[in-house]
Amino acid sequence: MAVLGMAAGVFLAAQLAWPQLNFAEYINFGRLRPVHTNVVILGFGGNALLGTSLYVAQRTSQARLFGGLWPATILFVGFNTLAVIAVVGYLFGITKSMEYAEFEWFIYWPLILVWVLYFVIFTGTILRRREPHIYVANWFYWSFIVAVAVLVIVNNLSLPVSLTGTKSYPVWSGVQSAMIQWWYGHNMVGFFLTAGFLGMMYYFLPKQAGRPIYSYRLSIVHFWSLIFLYIWAGPHHLHYTSLPDWTQTLGMVFSVMLWMPSWGGMVNGIMTLSGAWHKLRTDPVLRFLVVAVAFYGMSTFEGPLMSIRAVNSLSHYTDWTVGHVHSGALGWVGFMAFGALYYLIPRLWRVPRLYSQRLVELHFWLATVGILLYITAMWVSGITQALMWRTYDDQGFLLYSFSDTVVMLHPYYVTRFLGGLFYLAGMLVMVWNVAQTIRGVHLRAPQARPAAVAAGAQPVPAE
Amino acid sequence: MARPERDPLTGQWTTGHSWDGIKELKTPVPVWWVSTFLISIAFSILYIVLNPSFPSPAGKAFAMNPVSTREGLAIRLEEAAARMEGMNARLLERPLEEISRDAELARFAFNAGRALYQVHCIGCHGPGAAGQAGQFPALVDDDWIWGGTKADIHQTIRYGIRNEDPDSRQSQMPVFGQILQPHEIDQLADYVLVMGETQPGDARRTGHPAHALFQQQCASCHGADGRGNIEFGAPNLTDAIWLYGGTRAEIRQQIAAPRMGMMPGWHQRLTDAEIVALTVYIHGLGGGQPPRPAEPLQSAAAATGSSQPQTPAAPGAAG
Repeated sequence: MAVLGMAAGVFLAAQLAWPQLNFAEYINFGRLRPVHTNVVILGFGGNALLGTSLYVAQRTSQARLFGGLWPATILFVGFNTLAVIAVVGYLFGITKSMEYAEFEWFIYWPLILVWVLYFVIFTGTILRRREPHIYVANWFYWSFIVAVAVLVIVNNLSLPVSLTGTKSYPVWSGVQSAMIQWWYGHNMVGFFLTAGFLGMMYYFLPKQAGRPIYSYRLSIVHFWSLIFLYIWAGPHHLHYTSLPDWTQTLGMVFSVMLWMPSWGGMVNGIMTLSGAWHKLRTDPVLRFLVVAVAFYGMSTFEGPLMSIRAVNSLSHYTDWTVGHVHSGALGWVGFMAFGALYYLIPRLWRVPRLYSQRLVELHFWLATVGILLYITAMWVSGITQALMWRTYDDQGFLLYSFSDTVVMLHPYYVTRFLGGLFYLAGMLVMVWNVAQTIRGVHLRAPQARPAAVAAGAQPVPAE
Repeated sequence: MARPERDPLTGQWTTGHSWDGIKELKTPVPVWWVSTFLISIAFSILYIVLNPSFPSPAGKAFAMNPVSTREGLAIRLEEAAARMEGMNARLLERPLEEISRDAELARFAFNAGRALYQVHCIGCHGPGAAGQAGQFPALVDDDWIWGGTKADIHQTIRYGIRNEDPDSRQSQMPVFGQILQPHEIDQLADYVLVMGETQPGDARRTGHPAHALFQQQCASCHGADGRGNIEFGAPNLTDAIWLYGGTRAEIRQQIAAPRMGMMPGWHQRLTDAEIVALTVYIHGLGGGQPPRPAEPLQSAAAATGSSQPQTPAAPGAAG
């Protein structure tokens, strides 16, 4: 899934740099873009969350999955089948045209059932725990599951034109629709890609570092402040629109206040390494996890900054936003998921170690170079674009035309495309490494050992 | 469940919990974290007090600064328009040819024209006004299909070319593919190429098999010497500047089935002052021509925006 989604992303980047690549109806930019966003968010991010949450819930609760293996299998198959059907539909123009919420009504209803099943499995597992307390990772996972259910249900309410057709229309309209869409859109980032992945961080980082969590108190304070504040921040996507000013202000100030609650996760992650910093030199998996937290810190500083109305008037509608999203998505979400996968794969398949640490190292550097190329290109192009749009001469006339800005963008778009290629290449290295690990190639020479899938393995995040 | 213990590296106590081997320290929340959080809350409260932040019919209850973003934009737009008002009035008062004598006004017109060009014209005529080969003429050279004086340019921008406006410039080149024989078109294409290399009266022209045919079919618009006629938008065929291509095949194609450009009239989308500014800008790009002293009446007429002469029925145009 991740490879497909990222390959689509790289192709889209190439289409932006060389528009002639929009040569065929089904793979032109407009249709392929939701494929990219949905496959990386739902396909890659979603499967990483599903897999790790059920793993972490079992490990930290000392309890088996609620309902045994079958409900979890139904969840895995159901979620992915729906994602594939939805995404293929986008290529054929079956879409609601709402960002990250393009899936039509016939995906919506079964998706809710699948999500309720997820909620039941996860909550049931936590309830069966043999530990007196619930671990902080599970708070985050649980808040993510509940919040996403609410967001998806409310934002995607739509009436089908007919029960045999694919088309439906949202029940919300006008500025209310826009507001609810961005309440959904921003909190998909907030809960799907932040809270859920913080849950991942709270398990895999201390495990890999072998150190206790830096501050239990901070985890309580930042958890509650994060989930309370995040849900209000959506309107900052609609500054200077027909949304009333007071709503924009509300979204903005909650985004600003969100800065420290977000950074609480970073502080807890980074400071957990105190006493284990030397491990970064030798352990590329830990490096993935720590750099993920660093990117998290960077984009959660950038986010509140960009939500300030005056800054937003510069950054909105430019590539800066695109770069911001990708520093979070590639740096935080991607690296965290890679770290967790490298941690999980040997344990799930009961092999003592990964096929190659050097390939993990290679993946790390390919991905890091890719991200840096990507986000620096987008910063420069975004801010240049914004400044060109608002440059007046002393008599009050615009100095640059829109097409001047488009000409300016080309080299940055090529750079972004190269960054994407690097990142995708790193992905492919990981796929190879994981496949070899599972086959147990590296173990055969000294000591023959079956590489069969261990019975009772949890649903594994798909690639 | 483990018991609280002291972490040897940091000296902090653990909470006494252990989840799958993960323990937690009881480190207090960092002071810088709490204070930055409080500062961001204080900033937010200040922002709320200063700006419209509470739902009410006008949306700006209790705000110290009761100007909404929308009203703020309207105010700034008005201010900008007011700043330009005087200059725009002067643009309309002065005759076109005299604008360049007022340095301040000329600079204003040029800058305004450039800003307008970049919004309205650049899509076809391209950045730098270099045109697009095969589609839209360049505006930086002195080769003008419909004339390059300020009055001509003003007329062209105001009413456009071959559009639905009765005042737009009109002309039509016949589809010679339906009138002439293929070998005649071949010969004409060759003759056009020869014209580019020779002066009028040259033996290569007069001795050319298509010489008579050109005089009969083409000269009424393009002129006996092939130098074109801005009256009919008939381009100069001898200057090696080709809108639709200068190879033999392309010239042949253009004779057999001519392409003729269209341009919208801008008088319904731009103000009079804006059109004047655009005229000054286009004229100043490098190829602008001085007024034609021999035809003072035509310039004056064009400058006041009256309709210009219509093309007579092209010779041999049958249907």
